Amino acid sequence: MARSKMRLRDLADESLAGVFARPARTALTTLGTVLGIASLVATLGISRTAGNQIVDRFNELAATQVTVQARSSGGGNGSSAAQRASAGALPWSVEDRLDRLNGVVASGAVADVPNPGGVKTVPFIDPTTISERTLPVFAASPGLLEAVRGHIAAGRWFDFGHVQREDRVAVLGADIAGELGIVRIDNLPGIFIGETLFTVIGILDEAPRDRGLTGGVIIPSSTAAERFGVTKPERVVIETELGAATLIATQAAIALNPNAPESLSVNAPRDPVRTKEAVQNDVNQLFLLLGLVSLIVGAIGIANVTLVTVMERTGEIGLRRALGASRRHIAAQFLTESVALGVVGGIVGASVGILLVVSVAASREWTPVLDLWLPFVAPVVGALVGLLAGLYPSIRAARMEPVDALRSGT
Amino acid sequence: MTTTCIEPASTASPDVPVVDLRGLSRVFPTEPPVHALRRIDLTVMPGDHVAVVGASGSGKSTLLNVLGLLDRPTEGTYLLDEIDTADLSDRERAAERGQRIGFVFQAFHLLSHRSVEENVMLAELYRGEPRAGRLQRSIEALQQVGLGNRIGFLPTRLSGGERQRVAIARAIVGRPSLLLCDEPTGNLDSHNTGSVLELFDQLRDQGLTILVITHDANVAAHARRHVRMVDGTLTEIG
Repeated sequence: MARSKMRLRDLADESLAGVFARPARTALTTLGTVLGIASLVATLGISRTAGNQIVDRFNELAATQVTVQARSSGGGNGSSAAQRASAGALPWSVEDRLDRLNGVVASGAVADVPNPGGVKTVPFIDPTTISERTLPVFAASPGLLEAVRGHIAAGRWFDFGHVQREDRVAVLGADIAGELGIVRIDNLPGIFIGETLFTVIGILDEAPRDRGLTGGVIIPSSTAAERFGVTKPERVVIETELGAATLIATQAAIALNPNAPESLSVNAPRDPVRTKEAVQNDVNQLFLLLGLVSLIVGAIGIANVTLVTVMERTGEIGLRRALGASRRHIAAQFLTESVALGVVGGIVGASVGILLVVSVAASREWTPVLDLWLPFVAPVVGALVGLLAGLYPSIRAARMEPVDALRSGT
Repeated sequence: MTTTCIEPASTASPDVPVVDLRGLSRVFPTEPPVHALRRIDLTVMPGDHVAVVGASGSGKSTLLNVLGLLDRPTEGTYLLDEIDTADLSDRERAAERGQRIGFVFQAFHLLSHRSVEENVMLAELYRGEPRAGRLQRSIEALQQVGLGNRIGFLPTRLSGGERQRVAIARAIVGRPSLLLCDEPTGNLDSHNTGSVLELFDQLRDQGLTILVITHDANVAAHARRHVRMVDGTLTEIG
């Protein structure tokens, strides 16, 4: 018995003729897929491109910092007396010990000064602002300013000379300088910490790695040891070169306390490579989600228009059935048309997406980074979108009875 | 006008009917049921030119749909070129439609964005035959209906009569056994009606079997046999 047959090339010809019969409508129909694919390609490309920039920015601050602190517990049972004595001890001379390590940019030590007494200004500078406040006082080594990326708004930071001479000098955090009525330091204002007079030599307005410093008074470590009995720092902050943090983290404890390095706790940033991957994954997931939403909207657009097209072409469906087309032929034709729309949308969308990536990268002076497979996969994704979007309309078209289709179509 | 002759495909002997209906009924299962065809017997021999007349709702279109394998009868036998159509699957019926039956509709049913020869070529699309020669055959069919000078035209640029002749070319290009025409001149003026009826006469004279459903007495007058449908029953009237 005869079977209704259709050649693949005929199917392709008929489908393309159907797609391009109304060019304006085809362009509007594919717009959804174009936008979806374009946003997918653009977001993937831009996130790849921007990922490197984000990681670089991230590295500038977080990935170049190592912090060393003493562990709270003492030595074990097997420790010698000397080891127990030095266990958890951090020296003030961190700059001497750490700055010679390859990869260290700066280092400094800091400690809270316990119970220093109230802080007050010298009365004769401005009698109306006499006030005594309880403020945090820090003891610091000279290298701390650079290690915390501090910035002096006025005056200067103390140096090794001040430390050697145990000078009674102080740097005020910008947050408290105003409260104490000290807005300039060229007249060498004085403050009392407890009963000891200190000369204010500078105002610290930024310390990104230890923001608490801008809310306190900072004095040289030797002066703190002499006046307030602060014998050792609580923590050491190290600024490293980019990529050197992991290495320095392994060396810092030995350099600072060769006798009991295990008594020190070292905080290092995560491995930059893993950090980069994590950041990139987060960005990719967000943008992929946005692209997928766009793509679903595009698919719904194709499905809608294809369904409307099926309704409009009822007469044509009836005619084709009368001429010998089986239900499969009708379904195949509308499905192929829908897939063709998806492929066209995928190709145009990929092109638009790549242009966007290159444009954004050029405008920000970044190097555009794009996965090679992306332009080739995009039309396949478009075809898949077209296939899924065309399924229901195609089935509707195939299910039409030829008599009804001929009667309702003209 | 006519330069080419397309022979009908029927290979059956002249003594074997193209259409043989025995006790054919079609009931639409509505509430109440509609008996569109009631135990119809009809034999159409090769080369017959049959006009089916009758009032609206008498069952003419249902008869055409059943004859064209577009609809299935509720009971009875329909032999098309000696093939019992009751045994055919949906796909086989589609194939037999494409191979053995040509349709001419009142509304032409031409694809407006395809050229006239492409419209004619549609008739051979679902036969699975080689593409070679398809264009040539469509041009010959157009020449046969007097539209050799309209090759490459879109249907929108043709008159109503020309469009119907394109539809006739599409119906005959596959060399069908049976040409079914549903009010073929319903949308035409008298001049175009005359030229289309002349064309049917020529096709009949060339041996094509034609069955026309019409309200128009002028159209019916061109047929050699006349049958009347009344409330689903069929009567031979000459």
